[in-house]
Amino acid sequence: MDRIPILKMGPFLLVTIQVDLYDRLALTLENDLISMVSQTGAKGVLIDISAVTIVDSFMGRILGNIASMSRIMDAETVVVGMQPAVAITLVELGLTLQGVYTALDVEKGMDLLYNKIGIIDVLEEDDQEEEPDDCND
Amino acid sequence: MIVMTKDTMQIVREQDVVPFRNRVREYAAKIGMSLVNQTKLITAASELVRNMLKYANGGKVLIEIISKNAQTGVRLTFIDEGPGIANVQQAMQDGFSTGKSLGLGLPGTKRLVNEFDIKSTLGEGTTVTVIHWKNGR
Amino acid sequence: MSTTAQHLQKHRQRIIETWMKNQLTDAALRDDLMSNDELRSQSDELLTALLRAFNSGNFDDVYSSDYDQVIEILNDISITRARQGFSPRETGQYVISLKKAVNEVLEEELKDDPGALYQETRKTDSVLDSLSMITFETFIKGREEVIFRQTDEINEISTPVIRVWDGILALPIIGTLDSARTQIVMENLLQEIVNTGSSIAILDISGVPAVDSLVAQHLIKTVSATRLMGAECIISGIRAEIAQTIVHLGIDLSNIKTKATLASALQLAFSMTNVEVRKINRNAGFKLMK
Ligand SMILES: Nc1ncnc2c1ncn2[C@@H]1O[C@H](COP(=O)(O)OP(=O)(O)OP(=O)(O)O)[C@@H](O)[C@H]1O
Ligand SMILES: [Mg+2]
Repeated sequence: MDRIPILKMGPFLLVTIQVDLYDRLALTLENDLISMVSQTGAKGVLIDISAVTIVDSFMGRILGNIASMSRIMDAETVVVGMQPAVAITLVELGLTLQGVYTALDVEKGMDLLYNKIGIIDVLEEDDQEEEPDDCND
Repeated sequence: MIVMTKDTMQIVREQDVVPFRNRVREYAAKIGMSLVNQTKLITAASELVRNMLKYANGGKVLIEIISKNAQTGVRLTFIDEGPGIANVQQAMQDGFSTGKSLGLGLPGTKRLVNEFDIKSTLGEGTTVTVIHWKNGR
Repeated sequence: MSTTAQHLQKHRQRIIETWMKNQLTDAALRDDLMSNDELRSQSDELLTALLRAFNSGNFDDVYSSDYDQVIEILNDISITRARQGFSPRETGQYVISLKKAVNEVLEEELKDDPGALYQETRKTDSVLDSLSMITFETFIKGREEVIFRQTDEINEISTPVIRVWDGILALPIIGTLDSARTQIVMENLLQEIVNTGSSIAILDISGVPAVDSLVAQHLIKTVSATRLMGAECIISGIRAEIAQTIVHLGIDLSNIKTKATLASALQLAFSMTNVEVRKINRNAGFKLMK
């Protein structure tokens, strides 16, 4: 059976989705990812969907599931590279992927994860996420 | 209204979803629909075909290119002989699901396409028709 | 075969000649917009379809499938004419002059049988009158489409996405925000986010006259789509009265970063991207240089 390869990158796992997923493939991915998180003790999961041309509620739910399950195992999930047309469509559909972090590309996604898990990349000042209090003047 | 091309696809298993979506994309691209509108139409199609599989064990879809008032569009008709929907109005509400799901499929689809029509008779089946015009309006 | 169709088919050539003559002698027709050859082939196509429809014997309902082809051709002609800038008169004249030509032939053919002539012209007249109505309707639709397109263009022009800083985009919205415009705003903004790799977008609404719940919904949609892409959105330019209506209408913007002015939004964007902007003391700099 087809499988989507999962790459280990330091403390994170990276999945690049290249094709429009068949349901079973998506479910397999969900299972594989979760067991990889538990095996490797990964601190974060990056899902690159820049090549995906359609995300429907089924696919959206899989992404949400991966995020919730990973979180229980103390790993954060970032979906990266969503195409504009897909984002506009998801909003219209009413699916906003609550609980899933997003980033423009894999690199920015990694930065985000480093921030989330508090590993300070020495080369970068990192108060990225420490947003100043919203003083709505 | 004039029907310019007519095509039918049987949907019986989950593996039919992706080829079906690709077929719809072909037609949408053929009439020059923009990428965002293509994505909206295909996402809507994907939701409806999933419902057909999940609640009615499959059915068939009519794919047509139509023209009205010098405007071109794609019309999809989803026909199943499943159990039908008891309360269509309720099924059209955001969040209503008998399938322990998000209940976004039907109302979301309606938001995604230009024209939406649903007819359902208990014990006989459900027919959903959607039209999306080339310029998305 | 219907007798009307028979009569007309027999004199097909004459109808087309008379019709062409009628059209060309109409002083108002501008030949700069269309060559005679084009006009002839177009007219020929329509006449063929019309005679075929007459042949069905249906003279009552032009909306039935017998007339599909006629209407399609006619729609095409009116839409094209609307786009090319023909006047309503020129476009209306098209079917009316066909009616004249048809009547002429029928008169000639049935001059010895006034009763039949009356019957036949009544039938063809009613069809051609309906067709000329449809021509007008479509012509107006065509003009509307021109207007739509222009609206799109204006929207496109009036929603520029500006790169204010490395990684920061600004989008001043001027005028009201309806759903068509929101689509354009979203598409432009998201595409620009991809193109520039910007992670922050500022939506400035100082130029939006009023924010009702619909406009707010459009704003929220834009923010949500931006977030799905992995960028953050700040809404700036919220005037006092807008803040008031937002609260009165019970619109929840608590999930969205809002600022009163573009300047303070920019400041927030800077701090989010770890950029510090400050005045430099030139003297101090000078001393250091030494
Ligand atoms: N083709 C169908 N035949 C029978 N019942 C249907 C059909 N399509 C939808 N329904 C009913 O309508 C309800 C709402 O459908 P909808 O697609 O909006 O939500 P869902 O499928 O339950 O969840 P989601 O699509 O968000 O995963 C379904 O739960 C089901 O009860
Ligand atoms: Mg559904």
